[in-house]
Amino acid sequence: MNKELYEYVLRMGDDSLILGQRLGEWCGHGPILEEDIALTNVALDILGQARILMDYAGKLTNKKEDEVAFLREEWDYKNVLLVEQPNGDFAKTILRQFFFDAFRLPFFKELQNSKDETLSGLALKAVKETTYHLQHSSNWVIRLGDGTDESHQRLKTALEELWMFTGELFYADEVDTKLVNEGIAVDLNKIKPIWDAKVSEVFAQAKLQIPEESWMQKGGRKGKHTEHLGFLLSEMQYMQRAYPGCEW
Amino acid sequence: MFNFVAMQVENDVKQMEEQFQAKIDADIRIEPRDWMPEKYRKTLIRQMSQHAHSEVVGMLPEANWITRAPSLRRKVALLAKVQDEAGHGLYLYSACETLGADREETIDDLHSGKAKYSSIFNYPTITWADIGAIGWLVDGAAIVNQVALQKTSYGPYARAMVKICKEESFHQRQGYEIITVLANGTPAQKAMAQDALNRWWWPSLMMFGPTDADSPNTQQSMAWRIKRHTNDELRQMFIDATVKQAEVAGLTIPDKDLKWNEERGHYDFGEIDWEEFYNVIKGNGPCNKQRIEARRKAKEEGMWVREAAMAYAEKQKSKVKAA
Repeated sequence: MNKELYEYVLRMGDDSLILGQRLGEWCGHGPILEEDIALTNVALDILGQARILMDYAGKLTNKKEDEVAFLREEWDYKNVLLVEQPNGDFAKTILRQFFFDAFRLPFFKELQNSKDETLSGLALKAVKETTYHLQHSSNWVIRLGDGTDESHQRLKTALEELWMFTGELFYADEVDTKLVNEGIAVDLNKIKPIWDAKVSEVFAQAKLQIPEESWMQKGGRKGKHTEHLGFLLSEMQYMQRAYPGCEW
Repeated sequence: MFNFVAMQVENDVKQMEEQFQAKIDADIRIEPRDWMPEKYRKTLIRQMSQHAHSEVVGMLPEANWITRAPSLRRKVALLAKVQDEAGHGLYLYSACETLGADREETIDDLHSGKAKYSSIFNYPTITWADIGAIGWLVDGAAIVNQVALQKTSYGPYARAMVKICKEESFHQRQGYEIITVLANGTPAQKAMAQDALNRWWWPSLMMFGPTDADSPNTQQSMAWRIKRHTNDELRQMFIDATVKQAEVAGLTIPDKDLKWNEERGHYDFGEIDWEEFYNVIKGNGPCNKQRIEARRKAKEEGMWVREAAMAYAEKQKSKVKAA
């Protein structure tokens, strides 16, 4: 088995899985019915991506999709810390989504050229979906930033909470280096300036300041998480843990 | 002179009412701009808004299991299903607006307790099998009702039902499939399925409303063809269709009086606990307060979001004007 490829697929897949799980928490509780539907749409696309990646990681290790998705220990989840952060209010959810979408769109565009056919195939579909997600989250960041005093303030608070988790989106190590050389993975150095430009553009319209360079958290890619992931997993894994080996 | 005008108006109204009833009797659909008796309009607003509220409140017991769904496939299917319910709600609120009912006010009536919604959603979803049972029984019962409503006399409502019925029958099959997988699974899974059937069976029968003898609105609604069948007729259709499905799944319907009646060509069934039914409607169900609170909270916590969106739109408009 290609150990690096497995690791790479998990990192990407866990980003989708954990964010999809978080977005699912909103269902039935959105600020307006139309937005409830829109957030669920995003969750459905992202969970669809997660399924393809969990299935692929399973094929690489002779496991089933659900075994990979549900039956790992906390330190074996490789998502960035950003996506496991609690939903908070709508401003926090939307800003988290915007940071992630602004990363994912250029990432998937590049991944379309991957020599790995499963990944390039996924990227082809995901580019279309993520284009819409980014449009949706950007529009909301602008609306909230340039809406009322309250919405602006809430967005600023969300920014203070989330900014330190954005640096990890561009974390790369030997896994990336090897797979970039093989023409499989995306070179994250190419993605960073695109992300920076998008954030600047949207923040300018949202009347938000990009925070001064600050210390960035990392650890997710190596399985070191915040306290929030454990609770998310205990809910998500509950049935698979309580009733091992069942069909559903 | 004055009396003459009043008499004239009265005659006109009488004539319009006759024409209206003639259209109904000829199965011609009533459309938003057509003249209609005030009571017809009110009855429809009441029924359609109750239906819309039921879709939206109905999202909650099912959404309760999204984060705990046992597989990724089930998680995605459940999310999509609950999203469909939101879509139905939106569609039905719009249909209410064709009769001049403001969406905001309609929703406020739900939150204040003035408007009702289907009582079934005041029961809790305790296990994963409840998600199967809701699809199978609750959506199953809803379909029996809604198939009949595809022929209801008000055009926008009838057309909404055509679309909604298609999705609901998909949900019903999905729910039944969840139940059969459990019923054919491990002993623990089968027990889970039976437990869910035990809890959801009677409330599902109550979904059709009181017996015909105790249903004050039925007669007028039938004459206006808003309703096409009585509560008892619909309930019987549901029972007749569902008994066989339970047998195929190997589950037992919790009614010792349930028996095929050769003469009637229908199943006989036991006495429904109407005291429970009226209590749940009154607000004494296990989850009434919790459900309304969740909807109220979503609205209150979303207030600043809606205000921001409106403020932003206003700013954009004045920018365009200034330019």
